[in-house]
Amino acid sequence: MRELTNAICARAKELLQSGAAGRVLGWAPGEFFYDPTPGVFSEGRLNELVYDGFTAANLSKYCIAESQKEGKVLVLLKPCDSYSLAQLVKEHRVKRENIYALGIPCEGKLDMRKARAKGVEGALSFREEDGQVVFETLYGEVRLAREELLLERCLCCRGREYAGVDETLEYALPELPKRDRFQKVAALEEQTAQERYAFWRGELSKCIRCNACRNVCPACSCVQCVFDNPQSGVAAKANSTEFEESLFHIIRAWHVAGRCTDCGECSRVCPQSIPLHLLNRKFIKDVNELYGEYQAGADPAARPPLVNYTPEDPEPSAVLERGRA
Amino acid sequence: MSLYAMDRARLGELYEALGALGRVYLPTRKNGASAFLPYGEEGSEADLSLLLCDKSPKDLFFPQSEELVKFRLTGAEIALQEAARQKEPFVLFGVKACDLQAIEVLDRVFLAEPVDSFYQSRREHATVVALACARPAESCFCTAFGIDPTSPQGPCDAVAWLTESALYLRPCTEKGETIVSCFAGFAPADEKEVAAQQAAARAVLGRLPYGQLDLSRFGEASDELALFDHPAWEELSAHCLGCGSCTFSCPTCQCYDIRDYDTGKGVLRFRCWDSCMYKDFTMMAHGTPRKTQKERFRQRFLHKLVYYPKNNGGLFSCVGCGRCVKKCPANLHMIRVAKALGGEPRAQ
Ligand code: SF4
Ligand code: SF4
Ligand code: SF4
Ligand code: SF4
Repeated sequence: MRELTNAICARAKELLQSGAAGRVLGWAPGEFFYDPTPGVFSEGRLNELVYDGFTAANLSKYCIAESQKEGKVLVLLKPCDSYSLAQLVKEHRVKRENIYALGIPCEGKLDMRKARAKGVEGALSFREEDGQVVFETLYGEVRLAREELLLERCLCCRGREYAGVDETLEYALPELPKRDRFQKVAALEEQTAQERYAFWRGELSKCIRCNACRNVCPACSCVQCVFDNPQSGVAAKANSTEFEESLFHIIRAWHVAGRCTDCGECSRVCPQSIPLHLLNRKFIKDVNELYGEYQAGADPAARPPLVNYTPEDPEPSAVLERGRA
Repeated sequence: MSLYAMDRARLGELYEALGALGRVYLPTRKNGASAFLPYGEEGSEADLSLLLCDKSPKDLFFPQSEELVKFRLTGAEIALQEAARQKEPFVLFGVKACDLQAIEVLDRVFLAEPVDSFYQSRREHATVVALACARPAESCFCTAFGIDPTSPQGPCDAVAWLTESALYLRPCTEKGETIVSCFAGFAPADEKEVAAQQAAARAVLGRLPYGQLDLSRFGEASDELALFDHPAWEELSAHCLGCGSCTFSCPTCQCYDIRDYDTGKGVLRFRCWDSCMYKDFTMMAHGTPRKTQKERFRQRFLHKLVYYPKNNGGLFSCVGCGRCVKKCPANLHMIRVAKALGGEPRAQ
């Protein structure tokens, strides 16, 4: 990874020197090995940039604010992150002319929560060795297979293609697992309505409405969320019924339907480990099945199926079904 | 006071027996997250070996939202109905030293004049049992605040130690004694096993990366203005998402909002957790006093490290539990902030 980081820094440096951008949006080291933070670097500080198994944060969302500032910012985007930026560009949420997007290769990011669940306690450092992650901890060394620690989104990696970047950095990395991302959704579809309801109540009742999922989401780019607006009549600072946090999530899922790129940030950051990606993937699966394969962010010219009316559109509706019966 | 021990294999029986003292709240896993939940709920698994629950015990005394009063309108009549205070006793079992200190932090806010009777009624009805830590995590830094996790001290009724084979208990109040008397499995015990566990845990504590985090710049005697104007805030807060993950996970964050909900037939007044990280925090008719995320971010950390200690005889209102370390989506946590402010500012 050090070698790849050096390659990224070297290219970033060239780009800064050539005037293609004035600063770099990347990841800065944290106080542990697993907590890098998004950071902006001048040329002189590029040596501080980190890129390793834990630099999972999708920097696209930060481009909204960064691109409003003066000068051009060079942003580092993993393949999946690039779709988020492309979608934001499509929605006119970022000033694209203030961004230089450099696609950087990725071999899957690690999930500290999974490591902890697998018994990694008191972790002090990590290193990667032949498909294994080795943790030095307060209680000795723990070795785990890398694949066991991948973030959910990386287990279903959509590949090494980028959307809408200005340049990509070539670097050979091992292949990633390619699990079917709709497997769990399909399993939920098989359940009875009651079972599904119980599943989602169990998950969503853990929600503490911290809004981390919303605030990290590149598709949630409203300046003022309707749920924060006292004038909206639906501001929800507290739940008036037990079901209300479910409503928040259902409405949010609808709002990002057709725009969510499945970047996985919501599930990654949720402090209560709610598998929010399943809601979004249900919408993606339905859109794919009803209107044909569609990947948000992939094609700047494509008309998003949910805002594109054609007379041939299917009429999927439980109400309609019942009406027919 | 004396020390008692019971067979660890009989913990289930203990929880049942504690039911005689009220509802029993234990560190519990449920649906892939953990919190202090009532014993015996379906689909939940009580587990005293959990180091820290995702959610702190704060919720039991200061719930995320609660009703305060209802106004009912009938014609020109307004009927007022105050929400009930806590009436049933309950047992909160397994509070770690950091979270226990957090209750002390909350007490000083809610039990100071004017006393918050909602909070007070819950505190009065609780029997709190602290539990020593045997295996601290790397993110723990309670020791930097002078907390000894091997021997929890604070507003509790008994202290417990969980070893391989036994649960030890030392009552420190009369309420604590009732725990021993309500379960026949307790027998007087000697200190040996507890002392051995404490010694082993202390050896680990000595190796915590931030166990000795330098806090000398903060606290009662700190230079408030220098910290307020510190150049590091700009960069520290630049990528804060303004969510409430840190605040809502924190065992000591105590800010709330009071709002009226129009029920159509009257008004329901409730209070709910608020976060200084939110842009509508302390919104008033003229606007909000903290207009940028930098100002909001600074508030959260200076409240814990400077303002609270200055008002409370030096007691910090961070207890070093490390939840913000694990929960912040952007990894902007207390350790990062304290280090950045404590040392020389980084070169631009
Ligand atoms: S991040 Fe998780 S806990 Fe926070 S609002 Fe979203 S779903 Fe709820
Ligand atoms: S600020 Fe962080 S470490 Fe301190 S008490 Fe709150 S959550 Fe724990
Ligand atoms: S911060 Fe200290 S008291 Fe809290 S869990 Fe860690 S070791 Fe125990
Ligand atoms: S510090 Fe982290 S958890 Fe707290 S509001 Fe900012 S992004 Fe959210």
